Amino acid sequence: MRKYIAAIYLLLFTAGTSFAQSDSGVEMADGMRSSGKIYVVVAVIVLILLALIAYLFSIDRKVKKLEQKN
Amino acid sequence: MKENWWKILASVLVLYSAIAGFLGEVPQLPILHESIRNLYFHVPMWFSMVILYLISVIYSVKYLSSGNENHDLKSVEYVNAGVVFGFLGLATGMIWGNYTWGSPWPNDPKMNSSAISTLMYLAYIVLRNSLEEEQKRAKISAVYNIFAFPIMIVLLFILPRMTDSLHPGNGGNPGFSSYDLDSRMRGVFYPACLGWILLGVWIADLQFRIRKLQNKQLN
Repeated sequence: MRKYIAAIYLLLFTAGTSFAQSDSGVEMADGMRSSGKIYVVVAVIVLILLALIAYLFSIDRKVKKLEQKN
Repeated sequence: MKENWWKILASVLVLYSAIAGFLGEVPQLPILHESIRNLYFHVPMWFSMVILYLISVIYSVKYLSSGNENHDLKSVEYVNAGVVFGFLGLATGMIWGNYTWGSPWPNDPKMNSSAISTLMYLAYIVLRNSLEEEQKRAKISAVYNIFAFPIMIVLLFILPRMTDSLHPGNGGNPGFSSYDLDSRMRGVFYPACLGWILLGVWIADLQFRIRKLQNKQLN
Protein backbone atom coordinates (compact mmCIF):
# COMPACT_ATOMS: atom_id res chain seq x y z
CA MET A 1 0.00 0.00 0.00
CA ARG A 2 2.78 2.40 1.00
CA LYS A 3 4.52 1.74 -2.31
CA TYR A 4 1.41 2.75 -4.24
CA ILE A 5 1.02 5.94 -2.24
CA ALA A 6 4.65 6.82 -2.88
CA ALA A 7 4.21 6.11 -6.58
CA ILE A 8 1.11 8.29 -6.77
CA TYR A 9 2.89 11.08 -4.90
CA LEU A 10 5.80 10.95 -7.35
CA LEU A 11 3.43 10.98 -10.32
CA LEU A 12 1.52 13.97 -9.05
CA PHE A 13 4.32 16.19 -7.83
CA THR A 14 7.31 15.57 -10.05
CA ALA A 15 5.94 16.40 -13.48
CA GLY A 16 8.30 18.77 -15.22
CA THR A 17 7.45 22.45 -15.43
CA SER A 18 8.85 24.82 -18.00
CA PHE A 19 9.21 28.51 -17.49
CA ALA A 20 9.58 29.70 -21.07
CA GLN A 21 7.94 33.09 -21.26
CA SER A 22 6.05 34.19 -24.34
CA ASP A 23 6.13 37.75 -25.65
CA SER A 24 2.78 38.74 -24.17
CA GLY A 25 4.13 38.34 -20.65
CA VAL A 26 1.94 35.70 -19.13
CA GLU A 27 2.44 32.29 -20.65
CA MET A 28 -0.76 30.39 -21.40
CA ALA A 29 -1.19 27.03 -23.12
CA ASP A 30 -1.97 28.68 -26.44
CA GLY A 31 0.03 26.14 -28.42
CA MET A 32 -1.98 23.30 -26.97
CA ARG A 33 -5.22 25.05 -27.81
CA SER A 34 -4.25 26.13 -31.33
CA SER A 35 -3.29 22.58 -32.26
CA GLY A 36 -6.75 21.51 -31.12
CA LYS A 37 -5.46 18.66 -29.02
CA ILE A 38 -7.14 20.07 -25.89
CA TYR A 39 -10.41 18.65 -27.25
CA VAL A 40 -8.98 15.18 -26.79
CA VAL A 41 -8.52 15.84 -23.08
CA VAL A 42 -12.02 17.28 -22.78
CA ALA A 43 -13.45 14.25 -24.59
CA VAL A 44 -11.69 11.87 -22.19
CA ILE A 45 -12.86 13.75 -19.10
CA VAL A 46 -16.43 14.02 -20.38
CA LEU A 47 -16.46 10.28 -21.09
CA ILE A 48 -15.25 9.48 -17.57
CA LEU A 49 -17.80 11.81 -16.00
CA LEU A 50 -20.59 10.44 -18.18
CA ALA A 51 -19.74 6.87 -17.22
CA LEU A 52 -19.63 7.74 -13.52
CA ILE A 53 -22.97 9.57 -13.74
CA ALA A 54 -24.54 6.64 -15.61
CA TYR A 55 -23.20 4.38 -12.87
CA LEU A 56 -24.79 6.60 -10.21
CA PHE A 57 -28.12 6.47 -12.06
CA SER A 58 -27.95 2.66 -12.23
CA ILE A 59 -27.23 2.44 -8.48
CA ASP A 60 -30.17 4.77 -7.93
CA ARG A 61 -32.43 2.49 -9.96
CA LYS A 62 -31.29 -0.61 -8.06
CA VAL A 63 -31.95 1.04 -4.71
CA LYS A 64 -35.39 2.12 -5.89
CA LYS A 65 -36.23 -1.45 -6.89
CA LEU A 66 -35.16 -2.71 -3.46
CA GLU A 67 -37.24 0.00 -1.77
CA GLN A 68 -40.32 -1.03 -3.71
CA LYS A 69 -39.81 -4.69 -2.75
CA ASN A 70 -39.63 -3.93 0.95
CA MET B 1 -38.33 10.62 -13.65
CA LYS B 2 -40.11 13.78 -12.56
CA GLU B 3 -38.64 13.75 -9.05
CA ASN B 4 -35.21 13.09 -10.58
CA TRP B 5 -34.89 16.43 -12.36
CA TRP B 6 -32.26 17.71 -9.94
CA LYS B 7 -30.08 14.65 -10.56
CA ILE B 8 -30.15 15.37 -14.28
CA LEU B 9 -29.45 19.04 -13.55
CA ALA B 10 -26.44 18.00 -11.44
CA SER B 11 -25.08 15.80 -14.25
CA VAL B 12 -25.55 18.50 -16.88
CA LEU B 13 -23.91 21.20 -14.73
CA VAL B 14 -20.90 19.05 -13.84
CA LEU B 15 -20.40 18.06 -17.47
CA TYR B 16 -20.80 21.68 -18.54
CA SER B 17 -18.21 22.80 -15.99
CA ALA B 18 -15.74 20.23 -17.33
CA ILE B 19 -16.21 21.31 -20.95
CA ALA B 20 -16.41 25.07 -20.40
CA GLY B 21 -13.76 24.84 -17.70
CA PHE B 22 -11.19 23.64 -20.21
CA LEU B 23 -12.28 25.47 -23.33
CA GLY B 24 -13.51 28.79 -21.93
CA GLU B 25 -11.51 32.00 -21.81
CA VAL B 26 -9.64 32.71 -18.58
CA PRO B 27 -7.74 35.82 -17.46
CA GLN B 28 -4.01 35.66 -18.12
CA LEU B 29 -2.31 35.82 -14.73
CA PRO B 30 1.31 35.41 -13.74
CA ILE B 31 2.31 32.32 -11.69
CA LEU B 32 -1.18 30.82 -12.05
CA HIS B 33 -1.19 30.60 -15.86
CA GLU B 34 -3.68 27.93 -16.97
CA SER B 35 -3.93 26.51 -13.46
CA ILE B 36 -6.53 29.20 -12.69
CA ARG B 37 -8.94 26.67 -14.21
CA ASN B 38 -8.56 24.67 -11.00
CA LEU B 39 -10.95 27.20 -9.51
CA TYR B 40 -13.74 25.36 -11.31
CA PHE B 41 -12.80 22.03 -9.75
CA HIS B 42 -10.99 22.61 -6.45
CA VAL B 43 -13.26 25.26 -4.89
CA PRO B 44 -16.59 23.47 -5.61
CA MET B 45 -15.27 20.53 -3.55
CA TRP B 46 -15.11 22.78 -0.47
CA PHE B 47 -18.45 24.41 -1.17
CA SER B 48 -20.06 20.98 -1.53
CA MET B 49 -18.44 19.85 1.71
CA VAL B 50 -19.79 22.85 3.64
CA ILE B 51 -23.31 22.42 2.24
CA LEU B 52 -23.30 18.68 3.00
CA TYR B 53 -22.20 19.39 6.60
CA LEU B 54 -24.90 22.07 6.84
CA ILE B 55 -27.61 19.61 5.73
CA SER B 56 -26.21 17.10 8.21
CA VAL B 57 -26.43 19.56 11.10
CA ILE B 58 -30.02 20.42 10.15
CA TYR B 59 -30.92 16.74 10.39
CA SER B 60 -29.09 16.48 13.71
CA VAL B 61 -31.25 19.28 15.11
CA LYS B 62 -34.31 17.60 13.64
CA TYR B 63 -33.31 14.31 15.25
CA LEU B 64 -32.96 15.88 18.69
CA SER B 65 -36.43 17.40 18.45
CA SER B 66 -38.18 14.42 16.83
CA GLY B 67 -36.25 11.30 17.85
CA ASN B 68 -36.85 9.97 14.34
CA GLU B 69 -34.21 7.37 13.49
CA ASN B 70 -34.19 8.36 9.81
CA HIS B 71 -33.05 11.88 10.69
CA ASP B 72 -30.08 10.39 12.51
CA LEU B 73 -29.19 8.17 9.55
CA LYS B 74 -29.41 11.15 7.20
CA SER B 75 -27.11 13.28 9.30
CA VAL B 76 -24.46 10.51 9.32
CA GLU B 77 -24.58 9.89 5.61
CA TYR B 78 -24.31 13.59 4.79
CA VAL B 79 -21.20 13.80 6.97
CA ASN B 80 -19.76 10.70 5.27
CA ALA B 81 -20.22 12.26 1.83
CA GLY B 82 -18.91 15.60 3.11
CA VAL B 83 -15.70 13.99 4.38
CA VAL B 84 -15.06 12.52 0.92
CA PHE B 85 -15.43 15.98 -0.63
CA GLY B 86 -13.18 17.41 2.10
CA PHE B 87 -10.42 14.95 1.26
CA LEU B 88 -10.81 15.70 -2.44
CA GLY B 89 -10.50 19.41 -1.62
CA LEU B 90 -7.34 18.81 0.42
CA ALA B 91 -5.74 16.60 -2.24
CA THR B 92 -6.55 18.88 -5.16
CA GLY B 93 -5.35 21.85 -3.11
CA MET B 94 -2.04 20.08 -2.48
CA ILE B 95 -1.51 19.51 -6.19
CA TRP B 96 -2.43 23.10 -7.06
CA GLY B 97 -0.36 24.52 -4.19
CA ASN B 98 2.67 22.50 -5.22
CA TYR B 99 2.84 24.35 -8.54
CA THR B 100 1.75 27.84 -7.53
CA TRP B 101 3.06 28.19 -3.97
CA GLY B 102 6.04 25.87 -4.37
CA SER B 103 5.03 23.26 -1.82
CA PRO B 104 2.12 20.84 -1.38
CA TRP B 105 1.73 21.99 2.23
CA PRO B 106 3.09 25.51 2.79
CA ASN B 107 1.51 25.69 6.28
CA ASP B 108 -1.07 28.13 5.09
CA PRO B 109 -3.56 28.89 7.91
CA LYS B 110 -6.50 27.94 5.72
CA MET B 111 -4.90 24.60 4.84
CA ASN B 112 -4.10 23.81 8.46
CA SER B 113 -7.57 24.70 9.64
CA SER B 114 -9.23 22.71 6.87
CA ALA B 115 -7.12 19.72 7.92
CA ILE B 116 -8.24 20.24 11.53
CA SER B 117 -11.89 20.46 10.52
CA THR B 118 -11.58 17.26 8.47
CA LEU B 119 -10.06 15.52 11.49
CA MET B 120 -12.93 16.85 13.59
CA TYR B 121 -15.44 15.14 11.32
CA LEU B 122 -13.36 11.94 11.27
CA ALA B 123 -13.61 12.05 15.06
CA TYR B 124 -17.39 12.28 14.65
CA ILE B 125 -17.37 9.04 12.65
CA VAL B 126 -15.10 7.33 15.20
CA LEU B 127 -17.30 8.55 18.06
CA ARG B 128 -20.39 7.09 16.39
CA ASN B 129 -18.77 3.74 15.75
CA SER B 130 -17.58 3.46 19.33
CA LEU B 131 -21.09 3.64 20.81
CA GLU B 132 -23.16 0.47 20.83
CA GLU B 133 -26.54 1.58 22.07
CA GLU B 134 -28.50 3.09 19.18
CA GLN B 135 -30.41 5.89 20.88
CA LYS B 136 -27.43 7.00 22.91
CA ARG B 137 -25.25 6.95 19.79
CA ALA B 138 -27.74 9.01 17.83
CA LYS B 139 -28.14 11.59 20.58
CA ILE B 140 -24.44 12.01 21.42
CA SER B 141 -23.38 12.20 17.78
CA ALA B 142 -26.13 14.73 17.01
CA VAL B 143 -24.91 16.98 19.83
CA TYR B 144 -21.29 16.57 18.70
CA ASN B 145 -22.30 17.44 15.14
CA ILE B 146 -24.07 20.60 16.26
CA PHE B 147 -20.92 21.73 18.09
CA ALA B 148 -18.59 20.72 15.24
CA PHE B 149 -20.37 22.72 12.54
CA PRO B 150 -19.83 26.26 13.90
CA ILE B 151 -16.23 25.36 14.78
CA MET B 152 -15.71 24.22 11.18
CA ILE B 153 -17.15 27.51 9.89
CA VAL B 154 -14.86 29.52 12.19
CA LEU B 155 -11.82 27.45 11.19
CA LEU B 156 -12.46 27.72 7.47
CA PHE B 157 -13.94 31.16 6.99
CA ILE B 158 -13.08 33.39 9.96
CA LEU B 159 -9.68 32.52 11.45
CA PRO B 160 -7.77 32.44 8.11
CA ARG B 161 -9.09 35.93 7.38
CA MET B 162 -7.53 37.29 10.54
CA THR B 163 -3.96 36.24 9.72
CA ASP B 164 -1.80 36.16 6.63
CA SER B 165 -2.85 33.51 4.20
CA LEU B 166 -1.90 32.50 0.70
CA HIS B 167 -5.51 31.85 -0.17
CA PRO B 168 -7.32 34.64 -2.00
CA GLY B 169 -9.72 36.65 0.11
CA ASN B 170 -7.80 36.04 3.32
CA GLY B 171 -5.53 38.21 5.47
CA GLY B 172 -5.62 41.25 3.24
CA ASN B 173 -5.21 39.25 0.05
CA PRO B 174 -7.73 40.33 -2.53
CA GLY B 175 -10.43 37.74 -3.19
CA PHE B 176 -10.93 36.25 -6.59
CA SER B 177 -13.89 38.56 -7.00
CA SER B 178 -11.80 41.71 -6.98
CA TYR B 179 -9.26 41.00 -9.67
CA ASP B 180 -9.85 37.98 -11.77
CA LEU B 181 -13.15 36.23 -11.19
CA ASP B 182 -14.56 38.16 -14.12
CA SER B 183 -17.93 37.48 -15.68
CA ARG B 184 -16.50 34.84 -18.00
CA MET B 185 -15.29 32.81 -15.06
CA ARG B 186 -18.45 33.32 -13.01
CA GLY B 187 -20.44 31.72 -15.82
CA VAL B 188 -18.55 28.48 -15.25
CA PHE B 189 -17.72 28.74 -11.55
CA TYR B 190 -21.25 29.10 -10.15
CA PRO B 191 -22.80 26.30 -12.28
CA ALA B 192 -19.84 24.09 -11.28
CA CYS B 193 -20.50 24.76 -7.58
CA LEU B 194 -24.21 24.05 -7.90
CA GLY B 195 -23.56 20.91 -9.95
CA TRP B 196 -21.08 19.43 -7.48
CA ILE B 197 -23.28 20.32 -4.49
CA LEU B 198 -26.24 18.54 -6.08
CA LEU B 199 -24.04 15.56 -6.97
CA GLY B 200 -22.87 15.35 -3.35
CA VAL B 201 -26.45 15.50 -2.08
CA TRP B 202 -27.36 12.76 -4.54
CA ILE B 203 -24.58 10.44 -3.33
CA ALA B 204 -25.44 11.10 0.33
CA ASP B 205 -29.12 10.44 -0.39
CA LEU B 206 -28.26 7.11 -2.07
CA GLN B 207 -26.13 6.11 0.92
CA PHE B 208 -28.99 7.01 3.27
CA ARG B 209 -31.48 4.92 1.31
CA ILE B 210 -29.14 1.92 1.27
CA ARG B 211 -28.55 2.29 5.03
CA LYS B 212 -32.30 2.46 5.61
CA LEU B 213 -32.83 -0.75 3.61
CA GLN B 214 -30.07 -2.47 5.59
CA ASN B 215 -31.67 -1.46 8.87
CA LYS B 216 -35.03 -2.75 7.68
CA GLN B 217 -33.53 -6.13 6.84
CA LEU B 218 -31.82 -6.37 10.22
CA ASN B 219 -35.00 -5.70 12.17
